[in-house]
Amino acid sequence: MKRCWLLLAVLIPALVAVVPTHAKEIKIGLITPLSGDVKTFGESVRNSFLIAVEEANARGGVAGMKITYVIQDDKNDATEAANVANLLVNQQRVKAIVGSVTSKATIPVSDIIQASKVPTITPTATNPKVTVADGKRKDYMFRACFIDPFQGAVMAKFSRETLKGKSAAVLFDASNDYSKGIAEVFRDEFRKQGGKVAAFESYGKDDVDFSALLTKVKASGADVLFLPDYYNKVGLIAKQVQEKGLKVRLVGPDGWDSPDLVKIAGSAIEGGYFSNHYSPDDLRPEVVAWVKKYKEKHGQVPDALGTLAYDATNLLLEAIRKAGSDDPKKIREALASIKDFKGVSGKSTLDRNGDSIKSAAILKIEGGKQKFVKMVNP
Amino acid sequence: MVYGIVRLINFAHGDVFMVGAFLAFYAVEKFHLPLPAVFALAAGGSAFLAVVIERLAYRPLRNAPKIAALITAIGISLFLEYFTALHQVFGPNYYAFPRPFHVVSLEIGGITFTNIQGIILLSTLASLGALQYVVYRTKVGRGMRAVSHDIVTAGLMGVNVNAVISFTFGLGAALAGVGGALYGIAYPQINTFMGVMPGLKAFTAAVLGGIGSIPGAVLGALIMGQSETMTTAYLSSTYRDGIAFVLLIAVLLWKPTGILGKARTEKV
Repeated sequence: MKRCWLLLAVLIPALVAVVPTHAKEIKIGLITPLSGDVKTFGESVRNSFLIAVEEANARGGVAGMKITYVIQDDKNDATEAANVANLLVNQQRVKAIVGSVTSKATIPVSDIIQASKVPTITPTATNPKVTVADGKRKDYMFRACFIDPFQGAVMAKFSRETLKGKSAAVLFDASNDYSKGIAEVFRDEFRKQGGKVAAFESYGKDDVDFSALLTKVKASGADVLFLPDYYNKVGLIAKQVQEKGLKVRLVGPDGWDSPDLVKIAGSAIEGGYFSNHYSPDDLRPEVVAWVKKYKEKHGQVPDALGTLAYDATNLLLEAIRKAGSDDPKKIREALASIKDFKGVSGKSTLDRNGDSIKSAAILKIEGGKQKFVKMVNP
Repeated sequence: MVYGIVRLINFAHGDVFMVGAFLAFYAVEKFHLPLPAVFALAAGGSAFLAVVIERLAYRPLRNAPKIAALITAIGISLFLEYFTALHQVFGPNYYAFPRPFHVVSLEIGGITFTNIQGIILLSTLASLGALQYVVYRTKVGRGMRAVSHDIVTAGLMGVNVNAVISFTFGLGAALAGVGGALYGIAYPQINTFMGVMPGLKAFTAAVLGGIGSIPGAVLGALIMGQSETMTTAYLSSTYRDGIAFVLLIAVLLWKPTGILGKARTEKV
């Protein structure tokens, strides 16, 4: 048996050496949750990533190289995300990565790619810790979206000024960086705008019964309920808000962006507002063309996550083109120097921290559909 | 109950509960069965599953060291969670459980409750009554109590020990299945890992109330639930699980057999 392994150990490198390596190919990875609690996010990200890659290959690739790819499912689980990031970096030896989708999965990914120096761009992870940890910039990590402080501040301001909310309640998942981060910014900003934060309560990742929390919200007399979490949990909470007979305006961040939200919450989520990265109802020609392209291929309107994934993939391809090589270091430098990139979700410039500076859209849920309200600039 | 008889913490109980919820989900979503049929299917399917598990996994280890059976139980639990998470089985995603009836909420003097909560309360009382009846008034119930008291002597006295244990597993699982269905209706979102916390909490509640006592289990569950809810309502939701389990430890220090449990001597 031992001899057998020895033989293999000799043979495998020999085989690899014999197979002619295609010099004109570049392998990139995609990490996205294709199953688990946010699978609609992962699916639209994958669809859009594939559209961007196919388009580039149809044009003859980037910098003379054909793009090949490996897709991995992180199940929106931090451990699983670290596993697949290691797999992409160490076994598949990808030159660059797009992913992951949520902050909680992307933070572990960012540490791994930083250690192995593989340039990575997340389309949608909005927590600041994705690109900066303990005041230190992870210089191989970039993102194609705005960050949570901006999002929380936009919604706090909107709740105060447009919705005329006097007193707000905030419920968040204490174990989720994304949820907690936005909740804290919202609380501070809402207070700064002269509002009162009547309740600021957390729940656990696996909680399904929110009746005690909602009784507390009811007693606090809040007129705005801010729910910074993903659609599955928000749907459950909204339903219980309705069953409890609470009269509050529901407000939230981009985690609401899923057709499943209305499926779970039904009429309970009607009239809620949330911030997002783009709206398919926007009339800019880039948006119109993109919505048409996606619809033809997948039969539905692309959500913001898909759109950002398309932009993120194109940002990365643009950097590879600018770098003119598959050297991860050169790709990183090219990414860091990108300015005024014209994506579907708007113009973006990557700042010092690798974060995109761009505007946010506010959407309202009306008749079970998302309706564009307005754009808010940074 | 199972623990009381075979001295084995059935870790897979929570997962049987999950299977019950999924069976109910299919019954409502795909076949549009009426509510009693949904519960019957969830109970029957779960009971069948538990009997099969007992026959294949636990019975061969009846005389093996306790630790082997315990590890098997954990293995079965993980197996059920991950096997059902395969795409060919239930799938790894979160599913929205369709409401089989319209939810009405009532408010009486500042207390709101819904018809779902009413149904849960009634079905809990009904199954509690049925369980008490089976355990204390029927022949198989007498067998269960005998086996629980002393498995070897009960066998010598002509009790069919294997049949009684199978029945116990099936009965427990049927209740878990109904619980799963009710849970799905109350919190309309299910996934294959939904049974982990309820399974753990159910066991904790049984220990708190006193192993082997049915009213004790209910009392334990009420105390656990109330302490969690009250902590959330009057202190902070962050302390919730901490306080509930501190309470458990405190009660067990004061009364190691649980609130309604009877002291029994361990035979060495």
